[in-house]
This record gives sequence, structure tokens and C-alpha cells, in this order.
Amino acid sequence: MRAYLSDRMGAALLMAPLLLFLVLAYAWPFLGVVKWSFTLPTPGLGQYNALLTDQLVQSVFIRTLRIAAIVTIVSVAAAYAITVVWVRGTPVQRVVAEFCILVPFWISVLTRAFGWVALLSNRGLINTWLQAVGFISEPLALVRNEFGVIVGMTHFLIPFAVFPLASSMRSLDDRVLLAARGLGSSRMRTFWSVFVPMTRSGIIGSALIVFVFSLGFFVTPAILGGGRSVMIAELIYLRIFQSPDWGLGAAISVVLVLFVGALMALLFRYIRPKQLV
Amino acid sequence: MQQPGRAAEIKAIGIGKSFGSFRALDDLTLDIGRGEFLTLLGPSGSGKTTFLMILAGFVQPTDGRLYSDGVDITERPAEQRAAGMVFQGYALFPHMSVEANIAFPLKVRKKPAAEIKRHVGEMIERVGLKGHEKKLPSQLSGGQQQRVALARALVFEPGVLLLDEPFSALDKGLRGQMQAEMKRLHQETGTTFVFVTHDQSEALALSSRVAIFNHGKLLQVGAPDEVYDRPDNRFVAEFLGEINMLPLKGVRPADNGSTGLCEDRAISMRCKAEKVRGDAILAIRPEYMSIAREAAAGENGIAATAVASTYLGAATRLDLTTRQGAKMTVSVPNEVAASALSQGNSVWLTWPAEKGFLLPDGGQ
Repeated sequence: MRAYLSDRMGAALLMAPLLLFLVLAYAWPFLGVVKWSFTLPTPGLGQYNALLTDQLVQSVFIRTLRIAAIVTIVSVAAAYAITVVWVRGTPVQRVVAEFCILVPFWISVLTRAFGWVALLSNRGLINTWLQAVGFISEPLALVRNEFGVIVGMTHFLIPFAVFPLASSMRSLDDRVLLAARGLGSSRMRTFWSVFVPMTRSGIIGSALIVFVFSLGFFVTPAILGGGRSVMIAELIYLRIFQSPDWGLGAAISVVLVLFVGALMALLFRYIRPKQLV
Repeated sequence: MQQPGRAAEIKAIGIGKSFGSFRALDDLTLDIGRGEFLTLLGPSGSGKTTFLMILAGFVQPTDGRLYSDGVDITERPAEQRAAGMVFQGYALFPHMSVEANIAFPLKVRKKPAAEIKRHVGEMIERVGLKGHEKKLPSQLSGGQQQRVALARALVFEPGVLLLDEPFSALDKGLRGQMQAEMKRLHQETGTTFVFVTHDQSEALALSSRVAIFNHGKLLQVGAPDEVYDRPDNRFVAEFLGEINMLPLKGVRPADNGSTGLCEDRAISMRCKAEKVRGDAILAIRPEYMSIAREAAAGENGIAATAVASTYLGAATRLDLTTRQGAKMTVSVPNEVAASALSQGNSVWLTWPAEKGFLLPDGGQ
């Protein structure tokens, strides 16, 4: 009991600087944002009322949820495949997979977004090649739309989806898989009815992380969406820096933070935090 | 539930397995009879588990062939071998209920739902898990998890059941209970059981035959009393239980057995001096030795001095030393031990001729 207590004290002490930083740099200023949402331009619930009726805000919310959902499904599926190779592959496969997972972390999100523009735009690599081969006569609309946003975000988020999956795959007892095969189950069947269900907590953790990240994405949708596929973060930016309609921007922020908070609460309720890393 | 005729007969010929330069198993030839309860016994790293994994199809042997009912199954993948397996730590599916765990092998065989239900119900009853059908493995005790593992491995009526140290995680009382249960399941199903353990008393208690392994080699196979009373070599003799060893000189055949000299006294044995001549080791299990004031002429005996005693409750263990320094141990009734110690310490150890056996002098 004493060891447990002092363990907890130690953990609290180690976390204290981070906590202090979060309070000073995020929580305190955010309280200001909350205040704006109730006071600008006039005190009251006017801005929240506007949220409920403003068609543009609502369509942006729906688009954001749709993009986040698609990105989550694609990223987790792709990350699952990569993680299987990383955790259970041959030594060479592991090294290659690890390289593919880590390298994206060294490249800035901006560089990656512009890289995708160079690949996907009308005169980008993909359209030029496809036209040169004669596969298509008109360039495909691959960027400055939702498709481009989804591609760029998925690419960015796959490595983040890998870690919760890897931890659940690592903690899996190999003998259970052997047992399934010994009982007459094929490799395929063992994968789908034993391996995948046993990594369920990893899948949930991974999906929630990607989904929450996607909701607040700014740079990638701003560049790859080209202003036509605006997501929430960009809308907040526009309301605050361009309209300027600080009160509405603040209200959208508050709703977004509450929504993300609710999702995180779900995440910590269903999986223990240590399973995330 | 199953006809004994469906139990598998397994033949391993010259099986070997190397991991890099490490020879885990070497030139193993062994017949496993239909419906027998064979125990693979040995210290860790002796190759017994490797052999079990080869039988299951999880490990591919580097040499040799494996036959099941006369069919070569050396290259057959695990999922097609139909061997039931119980793992150390049980390896239950943590996300499935007791019922679903037991139904799994039948489901992958695409049996009709009604048949699965009936078989699973029977099996649950048979292993005494009624009322626990809907629980997850994590909600069960160790003994109950063990039963689920056994039920899951037996429900599809495999020709052979492979068990890898299934009781190592259980406490002593539960262990005895599960051993009895396993013996009963063996009799009821009639299936061939191959059981791996490093616990010699478990091996002797359960099996119809015991195969003893060391350093990747199969040293001896035989019925429990055979390997216990007539081990082929020193390792087997020592691994199966406590043993007293006396150096013998001038061993030669004699009328109905053999004879030799031990500390200048003639000793006779019932066993034949086939493999050994001249110098040899005479081995006698402590429980066959008794203590006497003196040994009659013609009786096997050796003078010894009691040096220590350990009270064991039902008996007392005496440690003795012979004149030439051989260390002996016997287990004797408590009052005998007291008088042996009070008698100026010098006593005679005697044993019947048929209880001593000869081992080659030195080495294994």
C-alpha cells in the first residue's frame, strides 16, 4: 500500500510540469474563448442559437464528421496491415515496416500536404502519367476537394494509428493462435475469429485517436481542400481572422472541444490508458 | 462418446530437430500405441516439448518421419492433423465464453448447429462446468480454465490428445484432483494421450508408459514400474527418484542373476550382468533398504554409520555413510531411526537381491 501510494505520488510529481504547462497555455486561454462565445458581440446565448440555424456551420460540421469517419476507417485498416507486418513479420519485414512508420514523423505536415498537391493536382505526377499512357484524356479531380483532403489526412494519421494496435498485438499470447490452428482452424479463420477480436481494444483506441485528431485538422484540409472542402478548424480560423466574427468562432470552438472531450471520456472508459502506447 | 478404435497409433522414426547449431532432439524413434497414456518426462531443455510440438505440427522436424495410423504426416500442417492440444497456461480464447471456446473446433469443422450444441453440452457436463457456460475465461478459476482447455481439446474426438505441462500452474491439491480427472477422461474417451511433464511423480502416477528425455535424447521408454525399478542408466535412475549407489567390483554372472563385491562383502543380484562386467554401480531405491543390527551370511548388506536424521512425520529419513564413504539414504519408521542413532551409530543396511540393479560404472 505504501509503495503504491508513493508510486502514485511520484507519478503525480513527474506529471506536474506538464499539467502546469497545459493549464497556463491551454486551459486558461480557453476559458477566455468560452467567455467570448457568451459575450461577443452581445452577452447571451445568441451565438449558440446561430450555430443551430446557420446552414454553413452545420454543413461544415457534417462534412468534418464524414471526412473524419472515412479517414478513421481507411487509416485504421491500413495501419492494421502495417502493424501486423511490424509486430509479427520476419526480421527484415519488421525493419522495413518500422522505417515506413517512423519516416513520416520526420517530415512536416506542411511539406507532406504540398507533396500531395504535387502528386494529385491537374498537372501533377499522377494526372500527367495517366494522360501520357492514354488512360485518361481529361485530368482527374484528385485535389482541391474532399478526396484530396482524405488522402492527405489518411497519410498523416496512419503512423498514429499504428501504436495502439502494436501494443495490443504485442501483448497477445502466441499460444492462443497456435491453439486455434491445432484445433483445426485455418490461418485465415484464425486471423479473423481469434487474432482480430483479441486486438479489439487496440482497434478502438486507434480509431478514437485518429477520429479525434481528424476533427481538429487544419493545415492538410486547408491546402488539399483548396477552400472548397472547408473543415471545422478552418471555419473557426475564417470566422476569427477574416469575417471577423469572434463570438461565432468561439462558440464553434467550444462545441468542438466538448465533443472531443466526450469522445476522450469514452476512450478512457473502455480502454485503460496504458494500452494506448 | 468415442470408440477406442478411433484412437491414433503414432510412429516416430529417427526424428531430429536442430535450431541453428543447437540439437534440440536427436534421432528419436518411438511407437505410441493406440489409446495409450504416454508421458514424456525430462528436465527443461531435454527435447520433450519439442517432440510434442512436432507431434502437433507446430514444429517441423529437420530429420525423420512421423506416421499416424500408417500415414506419413511429417509435412501435414497442424490444422489438418486433428490432434487435440492442451497448452501450458491453457491458451483459451479470452474473448469467447466457455461455451464458444468449446464449440470452436466443431465450428471450424462446419458441423451442424444442433450437433455442436449437443456435443458442447455433453462435454460441459463431462468436465463439470455446468452453470459456467456463458462466463469468460477470465471469470474462471485455474482449475476451471483447465477443464475448459481439456473439453475444447477433446470435443472434436481427436485421435490423440497432446498435453503440455497442463498442471504446472495449479496448486498441489487441485493438481491431484485434475490428475484423477484426466485419468478418468482417458479411460472414458479411449483416446491416445501424450503428456509432457517434468514432474516424475506425476509421470509415474498417470501413465501407461513413460519416455524419459535428456539433452535431446530419448533415454528409456517403459511402464512406470519398469523404468523406476530397472532404469537403463544413471540419469533415469536419479531422475525418477532418490537412489542409493554403491560401487561394485568383480561383477560376474551367477546362478539366477549376478554377483559382485561391495566393500569386501559378496552381494548378489537378480538382474543379469549383461551390459556390465567388472566394475559397476549397484543402485537401490531407499524404500527397499532396511536397517538391521547385523546382516546374516548370504544376505545383502553393508555396514554404515548414521550421520543425520530428518523427521518427516510418518517416517524418519536417515543419512548414512559406509566405511568407504558412499552416502546412503533410507526412510525408516521413527522408532527404528531413534534406536539406530543411539546404537553407537553403526548399523547394517540390508536389501532383497531382486531390488538392486546394475548401472554401468561412471558417466551416464
